Amino acid sequence: MAGEIWKPYSRVPLLGWFFGALVAVTLERLAGAPIARFVGLQKIPVLFGFSDMLKTPVLVPNVILYLLIVYVVPAAVATRLGVSPANGIAAALYRLPMAVTAAVHLALLYAILHVWAGISDYRVLVLRLTLIAVMLTLSLNVINGYMGEFSCSHPGFMALGAYCASVLTIGLFVDAQLFGAASLPPALGRFLFPLALILGGLVASVGALFVAIPSFRTRGDYLAIISLAFMFIVKSLIENLEFVRGPRGLSGHPDWADLPTVFLWTVLCVWSINNFVRSTIGKALNAVRDNEMAADAMTVDTRKTKIAAFLFGAFWAGIAGGLFAHVMRYVNPGNFGIQNLAEVLAMVYFGGLNSVYGSIVGAVSISLLGEALRPLEIFKWIIIPLLLILVMIFRPTGLIAFRDLDVANLLKPKTKPGGEG
Amino acid sequence: MTVPLLQVRNLSHDFGGLRAVRGYNLEIGSGQIRGLIGPNGAGKTTIFNLITGIYKPGEGEILLNGEKINGLPPHRIASMGVSRTFQNLLLWRHMTVLEHVKMAHYSKIRYGWFGAFFGTPGRHREEAEIEGKAVHLLDRMGIRHLADQVVLNLPYGAQRRVEMARALATEPSILLLDEPTAGMNPEELEQVMEIIRRVHGEFRLSILLIEHRMKVVMELCETVQTLDFGAVIAEGTPEEIQNNPRVIDAYLGRERAD
Repeated sequence: MAGEIWKPYSRVPLLGWFFGALVAVTLERLAGAPIARFVGLQKIPVLFGFSDMLKTPVLVPNVILYLLIVYVVPAAVATRLGVSPANGIAAALYRLPMAVTAAVHLALLYAILHVWAGISDYRVLVLRLTLIAVMLTLSLNVINGYMGEFSCSHPGFMALGAYCASVLTIGLFVDAQLFGAASLPPALGRFLFPLALILGGLVASVGALFVAIPSFRTRGDYLAIISLAFMFIVKSLIENLEFVRGPRGLSGHPDWADLPTVFLWTVLCVWSINNFVRSTIGKALNAVRDNEMAADAMTVDTRKTKIAAFLFGAFWAGIAGGLFAHVMRYVNPGNFGIQNLAEVLAMVYFGGLNSVYGSIVGAVSISLLGEALRPLEIFKWIIIPLLLILVMIFRPTGLIAFRDLDVANLLKPKTKPGGEG
Repeated sequence: MTVPLLQVRNLSHDFGGLRAVRGYNLEIGSGQIRGLIGPNGAGKTTIFNLITGIYKPGEGEILLNGEKINGLPPHRIASMGVSRTFQNLLLWRHMTVLEHVKMAHYSKIRYGWFGAFFGTPGRHREEAEIEGKAVHLLDRMGIRHLADQVVLNLPYGAQRRVEMARALATEPSILLLDEPTAGMNPEELEQVMEIIRRVHGEFRLSILLIEHRMKVVMELCETVQTLDFGAVIAEGTPEEIQNNPRVIDAYLGRERAD
C-alpha cells in the first residue's frame, strides 16, 4: 500500500521536484501569512519554524501543521501531478545542448530560492551565507578530500580574498574616510565587482603558493602545520595593518553581493570544481592521494598536480571571502580565525569527502542547523559537534562520500522506473 | 651497431652504510625479454626503483635510447617510455579500472588546466579519445567487463591485470615487471605468462622481469641475470643459469649443505 504511493515518485525527474518546490514556495509567498495565522502562529516561520519550536515547544504541532500545509503536501501533490509533463519537458530539454538544459534547471532553482527568500531579509541573508559556505566547503574538499591532504589555511585564503576585494570596492567606489573620495562612479562598480572578486581569489592563490611550495616536497603532516601557521599569520598581519584599520575592520561595502550574484558565483564554483575533479587531470589528485609512487610511475606530475589543485581551492576560498565581506558589508580579522576553520572543516567532513554532493549537503545542513539552533545558545555547540561525532563513527568518510556528480545523469528524464531512464 | 634501448652502466646505490646495488650493468635491445633473479634482498627492486627514478642513483648512468635519464623525476622517465608494475600492487583504491587506465595517459593530455576547469570542447574530445583507447586496452587484457568496478573489490588476479593494463597504457617501449606472478595459483600463472607473451608480441616491447618462479623465467626470458648482495653473480641463458654453481649457492644455499 505504502509502496504504491511512493512508486510514482521514483519516476520524478529533477525538473519535477523543482516544479513541486516552486509550487510550495509560491503558495507560501501568496498565502503564507493567513495560513500561519490559521494554524495559530503569529507570522510565517522564517526558517522552517525551528526557532519557534525551540523557543516555545507548545507550538511544535502548529509548526508541523504549517510545514505540512505549506511545503510537504503542496509539493508532493504538485510533483505527483506533474510527473508526466515534467518528464516530457525534461526529455525535450535533454535533446537540447547540455548548457541550455542546465541553464533552465538553474533558472528554476534560482526562482525557488528567490521566492522562498522573498519572505524576509533574514532568509536572504541566511541563504547567501549558506551559498558562500557551499563554495568554501567544496573548495576545501578539493584539498582535504580529493587530494587527501589536510589543509587548515582556508580562513586565511578567505581573509585575503575578502580584504583584497573590500579594499578595491571601498577604495574605488565609496567615499570612505580611509581611502578618500571615490575615484570611479558607483554605476561602473557592478561591472567591476566580479573583477575585484577575481583579483581577491588570485591574491589568495598567491598566498597559497607560499604554503604549497614548502609543504608539497613530501607527504605527511607538514601541510597541516604550515597551513595552520599561515592562517594565524594572515590574521595577525591584517590585525596589524593600519592601512585596513587593523582589528576594527572595514565597513561600508557597497551592496553588490545580492542573492543573484552570490547564486551565480556559487554555480560557477560548483561547475568549475566539478569539471575539474571529473577530468583525468583532476582524477590525478585521487591517484596522488591513494598512491603517489604509482601516480608518478604512470607519468603524473604529482608535485605540479598538488600545487595547482591547492591554488585552485584557495582561489575559490578567496572569491567566497570577497562575497562574504560584501554580504556582511563589514569585515574584520576576527571573522577568519579558528572558529571559522572549525566550521568549514566540520562541513567538509560531515558532508563527505571526495564528493560534490557531500560538500553541498554538508555546507547546507551545518549552516542551516547553526541558524536553526540559535535559540539554544550554548547548547548549539554541543549538539552540532555531537552530530559530527556520530557521523564520524557511523560513516567515517562523511554522509555522501566518493560520489561523482554527473550533471547529464542528474538532468535526465526518468521515463522508466529505476532503469536506465 | 645500433644503440641499445636501455643501457645501465656501472650503477651503484647505497642506503646509509648498506651498498644495495654495486656495479650493475645491463643492456636491453628492442624487443628482448630479460630476467632478473636473486634471493630476497638481493637488490632487484632497488634496481627497478633506480631505473624508474624513484631513487636517484649514487653512481653510474642509465641511458634510454642513448639519452641519459638518471636524475630525472619519475614521471618524466615514465613518459619517456619506461613503465613498470609493482611487487605489491600499488593500485589507487578508490578509482575504477577504467580510471586507472585513463590516468596513465596523463602526460599526453593537451587540454591543460584551463580545459580541466572549464570543460572545453577540446577536453571532451580528448577525454573521449583516451577513454576509447583505454577500453580497447582493457578489451585486449580481457578485463573490459570490469571497467566500472572500483579496484578494491576485484580478486587478486584481476588486480594484477589492471596494473599491467595501466602500465601498458603509458605506451612504453620498455616494461619492468616486478614479480608479476607473486601470489598466484598455477592457473592464474599460466594466464599471466600468456599475457606477457602477447604483450611482448603485439606491442613489440622490451621486458625486464623480476621473478622467483623458475618456470616463468625458463619459458619467457632469453637471458637471465642473477643478483646477490647487489652484484650480478651470473648472466646467461636460463639453462646456463640453472646449472651455474654460484647461482645454486646463492639461491638454493641448502642444496650445497647436503
